[in-house]
Amino acid sequence: MTSNYNFAFLDENTKRMLRRALLKAVAIPGYQVPFGSREMPLPYGWGTGGIQLTAALLGPDDVLKVIDQGADDTTNAVNIRRFFARVAGVTTTERTTEASVIQTRHRIPETPLREDQILVFQVPEPEPLRTLEPREAETRTLHALADYGLMHVKLYEDIAQYGHIATSYDYPVLVDGRFLTSPSPIPKFDNPKLDHSPALMLFGAGREKRLYAIPPYTKVESLAFDDHPFEIQRWEHQCELCGSDESYLDEVVVDDRGSRMFVCSDTDYCRQRRAEQAA
Amino acid sequence: MSALLQVRGLSHHYGQRIGCQDVSFDLHPGELLCIVGESGSGKSTLLKTAAAQLAPSSGSVRYHQRDGDWLDLEELSEANRRRLAREEWGFVTQNPRDGLRLNVSAGANVAERLMAMGMRNYGQLRDIAKGWLERVEIDPARIDDAPTAFSGGMQQRLQIARTLVTQPRLVFMDEPTAGLDVSVQARILDLLRRLVNELGLAAVMVTHDLAVARLLAARTMVMQGGRVVETGLTDQILDDPQHPYTQLLVSSVLTT
Amino acid sequence: MTASAMTASAIAAPLVTAFASPMLELRGLGKSFELHHQHGARLDVLDDVELTLHAGECVVLSGPSGAGKSSLLRVIYANYRPSRGAVRVRHDGDWLDLAEATPHQVLEVRRRTLGYVSQFLRVIPRVPALDIVAEPLIEAGLSLPEARQRAGALLHRLNVPERLWRLPPGTFSGGEQQRVNIARGLIVSRPLLLLDEPTASLDADNRSVVAELLEEAREAGSAVLGIFHDEDMRDRVATRLFPMHPLQIA
Repeated sequence: MTSNYNFAFLDENTKRMLRRALLKAVAIPGYQVPFGSREMPLPYGWGTGGIQLTAALLGPDDVLKVIDQGADDTTNAVNIRRFFARVAGVTTTERTTEASVIQTRHRIPETPLREDQILVFQVPEPEPLRTLEPREAETRTLHALADYGLMHVKLYEDIAQYGHIATSYDYPVLVDGRFLTSPSPIPKFDNPKLDHSPALMLFGAGREKRLYAIPPYTKVESLAFDDHPFEIQRWEHQCELCGSDESYLDEVVVDDRGSRMFVCSDTDYCRQRRAEQAA
Repeated sequence: MSALLQVRGLSHHYGQRIGCQDVSFDLHPGELLCIVGESGSGKSTLLKTAAAQLAPSSGSVRYHQRDGDWLDLEELSEANRRRLAREEWGFVTQNPRDGLRLNVSAGANVAERLMAMGMRNYGQLRDIAKGWLERVEIDPARIDDAPTAFSGGMQQRLQIARTLVTQPRLVFMDEPTAGLDVSVQARILDLLRRLVNELGLAAVMVTHDLAVARLLAARTMVMQGGRVVETGLTDQILDDPQHPYTQLLVSSVLTT
Repeated sequence: MTASAMTASAIAAPLVTAFASPMLELRGLGKSFELHHQHGARLDVLDDVELTLHAGECVVLSGPSGAGKSSLLRVIYANYRPSRGAVRVRHDGDWLDLAEATPHQVLEVRRRTLGYVSQFLRVIPRVPALDIVAEPLIEAGLSLPEARQRAGALLHRLNVPERLWRLPPGTFSGGEQQRVNIARGLIVSRPLLLLDEPTASLDADNRSVVAELLEEAREAGSAVLGIFHDEDMRDRVATRLFPMHPLQIA
C-alpha cells in the first residue's frame, strides 16, 4: 500500500459525503442523488463514478473484484484493480464468489450474487430520458411526477423501425414501481438479474455527478408493451470453451480469415466451469 | 348552459410591462372563441395564461371538469396541471416544430399522449395513430416517417392529430394557420372546423386574421395593448365594430 | 293569379293579426353608426321603428334604397347592435330583448328561433354544397345521412343540379349560390325568418319555388320579414307591407 495517499485515495470527508449520498440512494430506490464528484486519476468515461463509490465502500477487509464487459483481464479492469491494491491495500480477486465488492463496467456476473456482496456499476449516462428530453429541469420534473410515457415513445420507435424492441443494452427499468432507471449499459440479458437481487447494487456516474441504488430484493421491471413483451438475447451457439448454453456470449474473431468463435463474456464463470469439468 | 372555462380579471405582466390586463370571459362547451388583435396586443400571453402555461399576475381561471367539479387552476398541483393539459386539454402552437417531437416518427408523435396515459399495446397505439393520420389527411403509409420529412402544412396537421388523439374537451390554438400558404391554410381551417364540430370541442384560438375568425368562431374578443377592447358575436364585431381600434382593424382588411 | 293571391292574403291578413300570436316586437328602434376614423362622423340609419310581427304573416319592407331596410334586418338579427330601443323576440315562449341579450343568448335564438337569409352565400372553402345545406340540420341533432337526404331533397326542389351537390359552391353561378343559400336558410323551420333579397338573381321559375317555400313556412306558423325588390314576388308573398323612408340628414 502506498502511504502517500489516504486509505482508498479519497479523503475521509469526501467518503463521508459519498456515503451519505449512498444512504439516500438506498432509501429511495432508483432515484438519482447528486454528489460532489471529484477529479480522479483517470479520465471521465473510464469509471470515475464507480471508482469513487468503491473508494467510499472499501474497508481493509474487503475483497475487490473488477470486471469490464465481464472480463477480469481487460485494461480498464486490471488498472482499477491495481489502483485499489495500491491505495487501499485490499485483497483483489478474479473470483466472483470470493469478492465482497465487485466493480463492473457493462455486465453482471453469471454466478448468482449473495446478500453479503455489493455490485458497483460504472454509469456513463444516468438519465434514461436524456436522449428524448435534453432539459435537465424537465427530466427531473418527469421523475418527480412519475411521468414516463416518453420512455415508451423510444420503445415504440424501436418496434416501428426494427419490428421489435431493438434496444439491447441500457434497457430502461422501473425500480420498485416508482423510478425509471438506467441499468447502465449492461446487455438486457442481465436485466432479469436486477430483479430481487440479494446483493446491493450501486450506480455511479462521475462526469454526471449522480449516483443511485437498487437495494437488495427490490422489484425491477423492464419496460415493454403488452403485445411486445420484454425478451432477452438468445444464441444458437454454446460457449466453445466451457459449453455453457445459458451465459452471455461474446463473438470473437480469431484469425485474419474471419473465423470466429463464441465464448462466455464472463471470464471467471467460464474458467470455473472448465475447472469443474477438468476435475 | 354552464361554462367550461371561466376567466376573471386575468393579468400577466412581464416585469413592468403588461402582457395582458384584466381579461374576463366564459367559454362554453362546444364553442370556438377567437382572440384577434395585432402583433404585441397580448393575444398569445392571454392564451398561455388561460392555459396555465404562464402564471397569472392576478385574476383567476376556473375549469369545469368532466365530473362536474370546478377546478381553480391556481390551486392545481404541477402533476394535476400536466394531467389536465395532457388528457382534457390540448395546445396547438403556431410553429408545429414547437409542438412536435421532431426526432421521432409521425406515429410516435400521435401516440405519445396515449402512452403517457398508460396505453401499453403497440398494435392498438398504431391503429389509433393511423386512424388519426387519416383524419387529418396524412397518408397512413407515412406513419413511420419523421416529421422533418413533412411539409409545413402536414406538420401542422400532424400537430393537430397529436393534440386531439386523447379527445380533449378544450383546445388552445395559437395562430395555427399563420405562416402557411393560403391554400394550405384553407385546408387546415376546414379541418379544424370539421373536427371541432365532430368532437364537440371547445376552443380558444388566437389569430390576427379576421377572415379566420369569421369562418370559425361564433364569438370574438378584440385585444389592444393587452386589454380586451371589444367582445361579442363575431359577425357583429366585424360588421358593426364599435371601438375605434376594432373599426381600424376591420377597415384595414384587404378584400379580394 | 297574382291578383287573386294578393286578394286572398289581403283578406287573411286581419285574421292572422287578430288571432296569431306576436313573434317579434320592435319598439323605438334606432341605429346610428359612429365612424371614429372619419372624424367621428355619425350616420343615422334607423330611428324610432315600431313594428309587430305575428306568426303566419309575411311583412315586406318597402321603400327606396337608403331607407334602411337591410340595416333593419341586420339589427333584428343582432348583426348590427341597436343604438336605441328594443328588439323583442319570442324565444321558447318567453320574450327576449336582443338589444340586451348576451352573445350566448343571441346564438341560441339564432340556432332555434331566428333565421336570416342574405343575398350572398358566405362560402366555406372545400365544403360541398350538400353539406353546407345540411349543416343546420346536423347542428339541430339530425344524423348525417338523414340531414344530407333532406338537404338533397331541398336542393332538388330548388333546381340545383345533382352533379353540383358534391362541389364546394365557390365556383357556382350567382343564381346557384343564391339557391344554396336559401336552402341553407330554410332547411330548418324557424319561427322567425328574415330575408334580404334572397331571390335577386333568380329566374321566374326559381322565384316561384321560393315563394312556395315561404308560403309553406307561413302556413307552418313562421313569421316572415323580408325585402323583395321584384314586385311580382313582393305581391305574391306579402301579407302586409311595411313602408320605410330614408332619414332626413339633420
